[in-house]
Amino acid sequence: MSSRLEKPIFEYSVTGRGAEDQWPRDPGTAATDDLPAKLRRGKRPLLPEVSELEAVRHFTRLSQLNFSIDTHFYPLGSCTMKYNPKACNQYAMLPEYLARHPLSPESVGQGFLACMYELQEMLKAVTSMQAVALSPMAGAQGEFAGVAMIRAYHRARGDLERNEIIVPEAAHGTNPATATMCGCVVREVPVDAQGDVDLEALAAAVGPKTAGIMLTNPSTLGVFERRIEEVARMVHAAGGLLYYDGANLNAILGKVRPGDMGFDVVHINLHKTFSTPHGGGGPGAGPVGVSARLAPFLPVPIVGRRGERYCWLTERDLPQSIGRLSGFMGNAGVLLRAYVYMRMLGREGMVKVSEHATLNANYLLAQLTRAGFDAAYPTRRASHELIITLRRQAKELGVTAMDFAKRLLDHGMHAPTTYFPLLVPECLLIEPTETESKAALDAFVAAMGDILAEAVKEPERVTGAPHTMPVRRLDDVRAAKQLDLTWKPAGAHAIPSTS
Amino acid sequence: MAFIPHTRADVESMLAAIGVGSIEQLFDEIPANLRLAALSNVPEALSEMEVGRLMTERARLDGRPLCFIGAGAYEHHIPAAVWAIATRGEFYSAYTPYQAEASQGTLQLLYEYQTMMASLTGMEVSNASLYDGASAMGEACLMAVRANRKSRSRRILVPSTVNPHYRRTAAAVAGNQGLVFEELPYCTEEGCVPAGALARYDGEDITALVIQQPNFFGRLEDVDALCDWAHARNILVVAVVNPTSLALLKPPGEWGSQGANKGADIAVGDGQPLGVPLSSGGPYFGFMTARMEHVRQMPGRIVGRTLDAAGRAGFTLTLQAREQHIRRAKATSNICTNQGLLVTAAAVYLSLMGPAGLERVAAASHARTRELVGALTRVPGVRRLFRGPVFHEEAIALDRPAAPVLEKLAARGILAGLDLAEHYPELGPALLVCATETKTSADIERCAGALAECLREARAA
Repeated sequence: MSSRLEKPIFEYSVTGRGAEDQWPRDPGTAATDDLPAKLRRGKRPLLPEVSELEAVRHFTRLSQLNFSIDTHFYPLGSCTMKYNPKACNQYAMLPEYLARHPLSPESVGQGFLACMYELQEMLKAVTSMQAVALSPMAGAQGEFAGVAMIRAYHRARGDLERNEIIVPEAAHGTNPATATMCGCVVREVPVDAQGDVDLEALAAAVGPKTAGIMLTNPSTLGVFERRIEEVARMVHAAGGLLYYDGANLNAILGKVRPGDMGFDVVHINLHKTFSTPHGGGGPGAGPVGVSARLAPFLPVPIVGRRGERYCWLTERDLPQSIGRLSGFMGNAGVLLRAYVYMRMLGREGMVKVSEHATLNANYLLAQLTRAGFDAAYPTRRASHELIITLRRQAKELGVTAMDFAKRLLDHGMHAPTTYFPLLVPECLLIEPTETESKAALDAFVAAMGDILAEAVKEPERVTGAPHTMPVRRLDDVRAAKQLDLTWKPAGAHAIPSTS
Repeated sequence: MAFIPHTRADVESMLAAIGVGSIEQLFDEIPANLRLAALSNVPEALSEMEVGRLMTERARLDGRPLCFIGAGAYEHHIPAAVWAIATRGEFYSAYTPYQAEASQGTLQLLYEYQTMMASLTGMEVSNASLYDGASAMGEACLMAVRANRKSRSRRILVPSTVNPHYRRTAAAVAGNQGLVFEELPYCTEEGCVPAGALARYDGEDITALVIQQPNFFGRLEDVDALCDWAHARNILVVAVVNPTSLALLKPPGEWGSQGANKGADIAVGDGQPLGVPLSSGGPYFGFMTARMEHVRQMPGRIVGRTLDAAGRAGFTLTLQAREQHIRRAKATSNICTNQGLLVTAAAVYLSLMGPAGLERVAAASHARTRELVGALTRVPGVRRLFRGPVFHEEAIALDRPAAPVLEKLAARGILAGLDLAEHYPELGPALLVCATETKTSADIERCAGALAECLREARAA
């Protein structure tokens, strides 16, 4: 990683410069003489005026200020930062796929639609669901689709009182936020000391207002919810449905399926389990799978098959659909990447994924424990991720989970997820993924050991970290109080640019 | 296989360190009766060579027809540098920049993107993007409800000249929170919303008015009159715009004529025209910009510039107290994504185009569309559907049903336009057509010639 900061691209701008080789020929002013003067733009927008090389160099330099999977170990819990195979990108970016207009007729796109149909079938197989819709564009949108379908299901039966969604207190923030977006009320239930849902509290929470429960299994605590069948019985008996948040599917791929555990609806994060790129924050894809009773409510469009031809199923075919979640069919290019990945894994590879992800997590748990760290759930197996708590170190040494996270950056490793789940104090949620080697894991354990030793001898080195990144710790309070959200020409700025 | 690096010796020493005899034992907390014996319905693994062959064969099957469909997704030239940069592993395989010190590249790029989009739309602030244009319109309506404290109705007026898929998406995204979308009729001769259509809402409690410019038919709405009407009644204005058009058209921030109260309150749209391939509908990105006074009601990531511990400028995610990972059930949205990779492409694209290049793209696309509509309306039985100005897209009427004609043209490798029958049956047989700078005069002549032949054949049959 480069340690040299790069000035904003606007500061390279020179009036009249431009990458003219990229521009179309000037059609002349007559070409637009039909646009009325009062609807025309007056002042030109503030866009860079740079040569192609200047732009390429600027953005390449920016890229060198990032950690990424291609360059660094990235054990970010709950995010499944595994290797994104290059083939997935290359074959999703064949010119025919890139050029295909989303409103092309079905006759133009049988090859593409075949991939999408088979992707739906494979996702049904790995989740044990009856039908799948590919259109949700991220996990959170998949959650939205799932809860919206649960609501639509109850309404269609005339069961209008069910507006409560139960979530365990350790749930991802998206779960309660999604419930709100769907017009539901959130009811949190606690988990017990072993990390399982507190069944007594659940029994007290379910009732005639229960629309459903949202669960991740293995949970966000990095352990498998052992009494899932009991949970399913209780929620179903109360008339509610079970929503499976697929964030942790990598842990159980090919080993146990949400449908077999009793879930009625699932979303799958293709950017986690099926290795599509995270792209600095997106795009993702969050297809949803449902049991037969929710199938009429799936978002459209869906890929269907009539005889040997693939076709779109729309509102006409699913009149009870919760509707459309995107302008077209969702993140098609992401879906193609996941399709290529799944075909490369095959049924044998899928099992190997969960096995080695779990092996890596349990190995890290064992080695970190040996190195003097405290597991949050020491009596439990880790799933594909594990939690350690630095409560003791914070108290005894004054060095927090955040300090460990920042110091890891100096060791050339991305930090694990910090302070999530919220109920484990000073926690690090660590997910190595199956694509990391034993050597990479050993290096991580060694780095953690070094930081722990340093925290005893020279704690300010740790609390002042990072020391080798392009910037030191940033002032978040200032960022939120003195909002600086767009670049302004020299003189107008509170903060001088670095160059 | 499966990109797993472990040797047998690695596995054995790891199992020994854990203290178990087999990998299988690591799954012993899962109830045995739930365990899966084997995955059926998933095919056997393919090598990269085999999957490459499969994908290439399927791509060939789809081919590359000559396409004159727009309707919310536009085929523009994409400089080679755009995706060469975006697919660099450092951008492609990085996560959301939570660890700011190790993500300055992504963060600075997002800040630069926010600057470009705010300026292009004439607004003060931009978020770091949403999923796509359609869902961004839904989020904008939810945001308008939060921002408009003078209104309690949650009623949103949406002209039926707004992209039909956007309207459906907004209803699906926002409908569960009690928003009511009321459709404003349009003039079937003009193809846009007459300001008079609003009069019947005078004196009623309305939260927001959505205005798409150019509208779904490519027609230019009288945005100043619509915006003034809304602002005079404390109704917020949500603009839905095509970013390419903004090189030539008045940006939402300047709509209306009311001095300090000028301009739309929130602007959204699909960023696809800015360097993102058509790719069957996604991934694209939705942009959202707004007036500064509404920034705390915005959904999605926002990047800010601040200082580090050594007093140097740096970038970080900011205003996170709006977001789901902090605020949970009280967040402005459940969204975590920004379409980072697509925004990377757009930032590179806009840097290569600059203000002059983007103007050229807009003007050249408009010129090609005029040429196309001219050529098509010289074909007997084809005429312009609406009178009045358009930008880079236009509706034409045919003298017979469009579907069979389009099918014949598709068989000749030409996608001549979008059939308007599904969403606007009241218009009779009609097509929405679009050309961009990527089309040549020869392409346009080929399309017009083929259309003439197909119509002749249909008439003869």
